[in-house]
Amino acid sequence: MTELNIALIEYCLRIADNSLIHAQRIADWTGHGPILEEDIAMSNVSLDLLGQARGFYTYASQLEGNGKSEDFYAFHRGERDFRNRLMVEQPDLKDFGFTMMKLFLNGCFDYLFFRDLMKSRDETISGLAAKSIKEVTYHVRHAGDWVVRLGDGTEESHQRIQKSLNELWPFTNELFEQNEVDELLIQNGAAFNKKELKVEWDAMVNEIITKATLIIPSDKIYFHSGGINGVHSEHLGFLLAEMQYLPRMYPDAIW
Amino acid sequence: MNSNHQWPTWEVFTQKKQGAAHEHAGSVHAPDAEMALLNARDVYGRRQEGVNIWVVPTNAIIASTPEDVGAFFDPANDKMYRSPNFFKTADGLKTI
Repeated sequence: MTELNIALIEYCLRIADNSLIHAQRIADWTGHGPILEEDIAMSNVSLDLLGQARGFYTYASQLEGNGKSEDFYAFHRGERDFRNRLMVEQPDLKDFGFTMMKLFLNGCFDYLFFRDLMKSRDETISGLAAKSIKEVTYHVRHAGDWVVRLGDGTEESHQRIQKSLNELWPFTNELFEQNEVDELLIQNGAAFNKKELKVEWDAMVNEIITKATLIIPSDKIYFHSGGINGVHSEHLGFLLAEMQYLPRMYPDAIW
Repeated sequence: MNSNHQWPTWEVFTQKKQGAAHEHAGSVHAPDAEMALLNARDVYGRRQEGVNIWVVPTNAIIASTPEDVGAFFDPANDKMYRSPNFFKTADGLKTI
């Protein structure tokens, strides 16, 4: 296999893992939403993310060409194999505002990321990006709307969403992390420099955070990282144990 | 949330394709128009149902009452000539 294809597979798995793990977290809300409409909305978002993951897993399996299915990547890899950012694996089902803030911070990045990726020289990747960006555009609108409402809402909602922002901020540097895999793909025109998205991301986030009367935490804090090397927080193992239990316990299970 | 503090309801109308009439799809709860639109999209627009959505505060809709049925609708019963049944229309015309 060419060096380029190996890098492409790794790159697709990162995108797919981000979407899959985020989807699984948001799906925790199904049946627990604050109101029926929001419950349905969160299930929709989760299914959007799951769809994105499937697209990129399928492409990775085609590139790998050894008969691995999308299910293999989702259900038969361990936590060290997963390449998702640490932010998406953080548990969601504790505070609705936390989930919306996480969806917003990630969504702003994914919007810019997929916008660039639509210009990828790899046609499958550009196609998947074009499909994904429509969904992400809606996620940013929906989550951004809630961030403003909660931030600019009651004293309690303001204090709680500010706490969520403070808790999530140390995970935001990882959005822009890249390594030699990115560099190779950037040289080949298949991917783009994520670091160049930082200025636009800051502006997008700032606009909503300001509207929400919230305060961006200081940058003089410890920032987490490790996802692209498969080094995760303690939460991912538990998530995978639950998500992977059934196909591992009953390998022949079908719908 | 206390049932006495439910958000108000909004009636949702979706348009299946451009030029078609908006049809009543159902209702959603929301504190304001923007969220009513987002909720309507999530509840009634997530399976490619349409190209456009209207939301209208439920209390802005004025409905006729069951007692109005006689006065409103019965007089039309025996007046076929009010219907355009006898006009010839072009083949393939679907939206009339």
